[in-house]
Amino acid sequence: MFTKFQKSIQTGVVTSHYPKEKEPAPFRFRGRIEIDNERCKQCNACVEVCPTNAYTWIEGEGKRYLQLDHGKCVFCGMCEEVCPYRAIRITNDFELAATNREDLLVKAGFDAGAPVEEIGGKLREKIFKVFRRSLHVREVDAGSCNGCEWEFVALYNSPVHDLQRFGIDVVASPRHADCLLVTGPPTRNLETALIKTYHATPEPKMVIALGACANSGGIFSNCYATKNGIDAVVPVDAYIPGCPPRPQAIIYGFLLALDRIKK
Amino acid sequence: MSGYRQKYIDNLTNHFKGNVTIAKSFLENEMYVSTKAESLVDVCAYVHKTFQAPLSSIICNDERSLSKNFTIYYVFSLPDKDLFITVYIPVSEQFPDFPSITPYIPAAHWYEREIKDMFGLEPVGHPDPHTLVLHGNMPENTYPLRKDFDVNTRLPHIESKLPFMRVEGEGVFEIPVGPIHAGIIEPGHFRFSAVGDTILYLDAKLFFTHKGTEKLFEAMPYTKALFLAERVCGVCAASHATGYCQAIEKVAGIQIPPRAKYLRTVILELERLYNHIGDVGNICVGASFLMCGSHGFRIREYLQHLNETICGNRYLRGILTIGGVRLDINDDLKKHIVDLLRRVKKDFKELAEIMSKSSSFMDRVETTGRLSLEHARGLGVVGVPARASGICRDTRINHPYAAYSEVDFDIPVYYEEGDVWARVKVRIEEVYQSISIIEQCFDKMPEGAIKTFVREFPPYRQALSYVESPRGEDIYWIMTAPDNMLFRYKVRSPSFCNWPAIPYTIPGNIVPDFPLINKSFELCYSCTDL
Repeated sequence: MFTKFQKSIQTGVVTSHYPKEKEPAPFRFRGRIEIDNERCKQCNACVEVCPTNAYTWIEGEGKRYLQLDHGKCVFCGMCEEVCPYRAIRITNDFELAATNREDLLVKAGFDAGAPVEEIGGKLREKIFKVFRRSLHVREVDAGSCNGCEWEFVALYNSPVHDLQRFGIDVVASPRHADCLLVTGPPTRNLETALIKTYHATPEPKMVIALGACANSGGIFSNCYATKNGIDAVVPVDAYIPGCPPRPQAIIYGFLLALDRIKK
Repeated sequence: MSGYRQKYIDNLTNHFKGNVTIAKSFLENEMYVSTKAESLVDVCAYVHKTFQAPLSSIICNDERSLSKNFTIYYVFSLPDKDLFITVYIPVSEQFPDFPSITPYIPAAHWYEREIKDMFGLEPVGHPDPHTLVLHGNMPENTYPLRKDFDVNTRLPHIESKLPFMRVEGEGVFEIPVGPIHAGIIEPGHFRFSAVGDTILYLDAKLFFTHKGTEKLFEAMPYTKALFLAERVCGVCAASHATGYCQAIEKVAGIQIPPRAKYLRTVILELERLYNHIGDVGNICVGASFLMCGSHGFRIREYLQHLNETICGNRYLRGILTIGGVRLDINDDLKKHIVDLLRRVKKDFKELAEIMSKSSSFMDRVETTGRLSLEHARGLGVVGVPARASGICRDTRINHPYAAYSEVDFDIPVYYEEGDVWARVKVRIEEVYQSISIIEQCFDKMPEGAIKTFVREFPPYRQALSYVESPRGEDIYWIMTAPDNMLFRYKVRSPSFCNWPAIPYTIPGNIVPDFPLINKSFELCYSCTDL
């Protein structure tokens, strides 16, 4: 007969050490996408196969470049599969979060380090420093498929990831919260509730968009029942792409928003 | 199979003489029975009561471009014979009403309300025809699933108050909960009428996560719609993807390679495993038994990490494709899976033992939230709650698919129970069965190709597809369109059937028992709301 005490002692400590120690994702994990402009022959195969229209062509300096929006990407892997010139490479990198929507764009042939708007950046930094050591989060499901919720539950409830070791806690009411973590393309039926929740959260506050649907509407975009991302309804301070983003990617997103990681 | 089908054809034609026309499907286990609206209730009641066939789904289709009418299909499944009998009637645009079968078959109630919201057809005689899906915030006469409604239509919000059933009396309080809940959970609104701590009545309002998924299916080519099918729900992703792939493979008339069948079975059972173990952990959290809850989540984490190793996604997205599977499992990976499952089984067994020996936990879960057999049968409850209440049904045995006819397994059914503990016991037992199925699949899996291709995609073909997800029976109905598009794809998840049963399990329990009962059903809001 096993007692609770024996079981816990035998199991030991299982908490991961991310981000202090690097924890690479499994080999088959589909993370950040890189586009090799030299190899791209502009055959349009990736644009046609993408289920969320995340690939677009942009004109610049007299040429056409391929642009991928990680905020729309659902990481299905079809673009790499169909590209006949091996110009698209899916890496293992899951640290994709950004505080600006434009930082989620991958432009083939351009430098990845595009400058961030200075004034907005400084004000945001000041607000974020307030929350540096302790952040209370209220999670709001604005109509997601539940995948992002379960990832957040895994982060909070599971001893393996343990969000509380960062000083981040989940509270029961938006009135106790500093941060709203919103998932889902906001659906028509929940829009009013989301707006009321935003106004019920006291200042200073921030909003983090979790998952492809919250960033851009994801695969549910351009539909009568949804909007294309929660930034159409409430102002957003950080975006975490993924479908759903793995728990380590969410941790990275939080720490980036709290200015505890330099990108 | 065709011998059985003939028996039912003869029975129906003899009984209804001239009021029904039988149309055979190109699929062995389906048959279509056309009738007129006046005879609908009689035919449906006959099939339901005489053939003992539960109602599986009701699908409405806007076929005005084909036959100038809407058509409503009523799907009944005969569990002992692997046969689906679909009764269908035409409904005209000029007289957009149809007789409601809800007074005779209560399981039809939500389907008919959904048809009223999405197509504008009135179920005459329905006891409660209020708006279900659209929350009354759409302008009058807006019916999203009609073909003349564009998928990207933007409409203003209309304010409206929806009625709630309440109990009136001295000392009765009305407690509203949601849609923004205290936990990390999907949105739903619940109104309790309670005296002190004891609940008298619960009225639930769902469909907050209605994303217009069925309309979106009609707006993309079938190759891209696979990724939409995977994202209908986070935790049933593999089941929905399998159901979609099976539907496309049936209409395209292709058979997937044998190795792919076994690989699909492994993937589906892995989904069942992480769901059941996580749900058992979640129920412990609901009863404030945090130690077991933590262990349950820990084991779930190992399984999700395994999922990511196999598929690249913790929810098994991205591995299933039309024609088979995208990625293979080689011998090293197979050994890793089998070793991990052996450790998980031992770990989980210890956990189950601790739970059953903990008297404070057992006090919370025994006799709580009892779902009677009569209610379960009447409402057409499927899956774990059905088996815990005494209904012996499982799609893997009743209508086999993938490689389930090649493996041996039992399904746990508990009679005269139906409480939270019974639902926990069903899940625990199914975990052991799933591990056994995966081991059998690896032993029997032949070498060979893992994928085949669709050669032609004929338009206007219909088929049913079915999968036993961790929550119960998923039924899908597809009708194809020209140019590789979908004319209609109806998803009926088990949560759609099971949600109406929850208010019947609540009265007499205390308010803190509600989250526990909710977690013991563990239903998806997203699968229901679509």
